[in-house]
Amino acid sequence: MRLRRDVFQAIADPTRRAILLLVASQAMTAGAIASNFDTARPTVSKHLQILTECELLEQEQNGREIYYQINAKKMKEVADFIEPFREMWDDRFNKLESIMKNYKSEK
Amino acid sequence: MERKTKIDAEDGKQELVITREFDLPLELLFKAYIEPEIVEQWMGTKVLKLENRRHGGWQFETSDTQGNVVFRAEGVIHAFYPNRKITRTFEMENASFGVQLELLEFEKLTDDTSKLSIHTIFESVALRDGLLKLPFAKGLNMAHNRLQEIVSKLG
Repeated sequence: MRLRRDVFQAIADPTRRAILLLVASQAMTAGAIASNFDTARPTVSKHLQILTECELLEQEQNGREIYYQINAKKMKEVADFIEPFREMWDDRFNKLESIMKNYKSEK
Repeated sequence: MERKTKIDAEDGKQELVITREFDLPLELLFKAYIEPEIVEQWMGTKVLKLENRRHGGWQFETSDTQGNVVFRAEGVIHAFYPNRKITRTFEMENASFGVQLELLEFEKLTDDTSKLSIHTIFESVALRDGLLKLPFAKGLNMAHNRLQEIVSKLG
């Protein structure tokens, strides 16, 4: 249970979400990841450490470089992973429904 | 009655299904998908083109408060059956999600309720999973915009 809560705490941070998105398309080094943010390098390192500790990210040694990549298995274990996507559509459809209810009463 | 949107995205598949039941007659639900000014309201985007016919095209565009285009999507309509089905392609500009095939089915449940199911097929499993992760980025952009607003008010 503790680990599960930590995963959601990890995802709740906007910078960490951005890191996950960035790395989702390709494995990257810490330096390459940090270059995408205005945040200080040590702060990004801290985020990477947290994401790695809760197993959302995996490290892979490639020569002298360490690459970070998404741990797809762990990501899938986070059952609510799809939730933001679902909420986005739920919001849209709620809006659609209320607009058309008004539309109907205007007719 | 609470009507919830459901997402069905099986592991390892390059497709997903969105379903939703509406407290709306079928005709009104369908209208919300074909009238540009209604689409604009609930999708929160500008409709540049929406040709509701076989071989028609569609194009949506969203700008931020400064007028910069932040989102543009377009596609072609492959099949169009009023109050029943729309088959179309969907592609986001400047995004690496490839093209998607969307099958939208509209179904009457009762005189006052209806159901929509959107079956989306992606070019690959990875692209589907990538798109599912996208709303995370949206949250970040919103936070960023909020910050910009606050900063501009300070000036």
